[in-house]
Amino acid sequence: MTVRATTAPAMPARADRGTGPQPAASAHLTGEVSRGGRVPAPVIVGVGLLGVALIAVVSLLLGTQSVAPGAILRALSGGEASTEVRGIVDSRIDRTVIGLVVGAAIGVCGVVLQGLTRNPLAEPGILGINAGAALAVVLGIKFFAISTVGGYVWFALAGAVVAAVVVQLLALLAPVRAQPVTMALAGAAIMATSTSVVGAIVVSDQGALDVFRFWQVGSVAGRNWSIVTEVAPFLILGFILCFASGRTLNAIALGDDLARGLGQRVVLHRLLAATGAILLAGSATALAGPIAFVGLVVPHVVRAVVGPDHRRILLGSLFAGPVLVIAADTVGRLVAAPSEVQAGIVCAVVGAPFLVALVRRMHVS
Amino acid sequence: MSALMAAAPHLADSAPEPRAARRADTIATLRDVRRRVRRRRVLLVTALAVLVVALFLVRALLGDYRISFVDGIRMISGTTIPGASFIFMESTLPRAVMSVLAGAAFASAGAAYQSMLRNPLASPDVLGINLGASAAAVFAVVLLGWSGMPVTAVAFLGAVAVAVTIHGFAGRGGAATGRMILVGVGLAAVLSSVVHWVLLRADVYRAQDALVWLTGSLGSVTWSEIARLGAVVAVGVPLLTLVTGRLGVLALGDDLASGLGERAHRLRALVTTLVVLLTASATAVCGPIAFVGFLSGPIARRLAGGRTSIPAAALVGAAMVLAADYVSAYAVPGTAYPVGVVTGLAGAPVLIWLLVAQRRSTQETA
Repeated sequence: MTVRATTAPAMPARADRGTGPQPAASAHLTGEVSRGGRVPAPVIVGVGLLGVALIAVVSLLLGTQSVAPGAILRALSGGEASTEVRGIVDSRIDRTVIGLVVGAAIGVCGVVLQGLTRNPLAEPGILGINAGAALAVVLGIKFFAISTVGGYVWFALAGAVVAAVVVQLLALLAPVRAQPVTMALAGAAIMATSTSVVGAIVVSDQGALDVFRFWQVGSVAGRNWSIVTEVAPFLILGFILCFASGRTLNAIALGDDLARGLGQRVVLHRLLAATGAILLAGSATALAGPIAFVGLVVPHVVRAVVGPDHRRILLGSLFAGPVLVIAADTVGRLVAAPSEVQAGIVCAVVGAPFLVALVRRMHVS
Repeated sequence: MSALMAAAPHLADSAPEPRAARRADTIATLRDVRRRVRRRRVLLVTALAVLVVALFLVRALLGDYRISFVDGIRMISGTTIPGASFIFMESTLPRAVMSVLAGAAFASAGAAYQSMLRNPLASPDVLGINLGASAAAVFAVVLLGWSGMPVTAVAFLGAVAVAVTIHGFAGRGGAATGRMILVGVGLAAVLSSVVHWVLLRADVYRAQDALVWLTGSLGSVTWSEIARLGAVVAVGVPLLTLVTGRLGVLALGDDLASGLGERAHRLRALVTTLVVLLTASATAVCGPIAFVGFLSGPIARRLAGGRTSIPAAALVGAAMVLAADYVSAYAVPGTAYPVGVVTGLAGAPVLIWLLVAQRRSTQETA
């Protein structure tokens, strides 16, 4: 893949570093390498926890209705509070918890997808994995009258798997150089198809439209946080598989041949990592609807900070994802008060310039 | 020496003769090929025109309610036939006319863009230009309550914004088209999330209308809309045909093209403007009918023996929309689906096939 950053001076700087993977083949890393230092794992965890705690507090304190911080703290600590304040605080806890889980899942999923495909633009939104999951959920709403997250998750997973397999098969057919474009186009084809099918369904079914449009927009609001438990097994398995794949991703960054030479069982490990990523993407989509661009932005930002080692990127994204999603949700509550802009839309608007900047630095054909 | 001279004469004498003959031969062959190409093009356009007329008649006359050809002519010339008149003049005829116009607009715009960017994947719908128009239009219709001409204007502005963005950010050089596709796909993701947000804020009836329109629908076409799009198509498609003929020079590279007296920038700007105008006008009336702009160009190219032909592409597009509209209206009794459902479902496999076919051709050249 000749997706190379145009910042050539990174090359010599990397040569004398010596540790960590040498991402010669995974050239999209080169731009970041010179800037990214080696941040020790405990520091990542510490800073990450701090960041998440900070944004969670902000998310609890701010919202469409302004409530005095003292009253919120009292309600949180179980003291006496009016029913109104309690209701507001409860809903903010719900959306913060869901934002936390969804952000972590998508962030980690994005790292794995980008690493596996060696495509800097690989992301569940752009690859059409979200669209596939969304389409499957609509079919579930329409034909099986599904209305719980526990029910959505099976459809979301099935849709995500189908979309991911289609995109990956198409990408394998393309010459390596053209893979980012091929994958994006395959994703676009999946999106167009799902738009058509959704159109066909809702043209005759207003009920399905009403359920669907609230789900389609990608939001962490309006859900009870306990729904997380319904997808917990998928999430836990997904996180385990993804975090276990750090070494595999480092090896893949060197190219499949080298990875095999280093003793990696490439096919098996690829499959496990992909399974993990799809589990996370499907569960996140079942929880919050399709949220695009988080899986794109988070890995790149984290990589720029912690360096090219995928184990550290995974760890960092686990914290950066929630920060982005909760921040997007909080911003969405504030910019359009008294109404709201959903987190998925804020993320898309923030993510688009990021995508453009990334594409401008790429050399694709 | 003498032996050499003895051997030489037939070389010295006969060499120029075959060369001249060969040149004459080449000229004759070239002329022949050119004539055949022209004949093939004329034949193709005629055949496609016949196909479009046939499909048009089928769409206009053979709906749920059959109308004879003679009755159709009488109604167009002003006679009122109770029962038939309403169906024919207010539903099937305008839909058939609009199918032709929208198909021609999307298809010629798509073929011109693909030809200008020299990439069969780079059509306005794949690059998000249609979605720019439809997002702006949905915003204006659903949230601002606009209708008619202002919506067309807003849709045009939306399409212009997307076109300017993808051209501006893609930069220059060999990778520009690839970057345009990537930026376009990214923008499409953002725009569709904007559309979802708009749908969420509307009441459910309006949201349903908007979603049907967003899928691409000819269900509620009026004669004034037809007149508006008809004017754009009547000006835009012939102009595009003229301009696209000059695009071949750009294939030599901008420097050589300017050496040959072609101002590459102005030519590109002109083509882009026409493409955006056609796409936006058609989208404002009947929504982004999926894949028509994307597929018509390559199909017409294949039929024309590997040459870009805007009139052929426009006719292919018209035939495609006519056929898809007929299928979507009558395939499932009792439910009229939007036309975009049919083109979307039929188009996705073709996009995938094109991706695979392109891989083959890039490997051959690599």
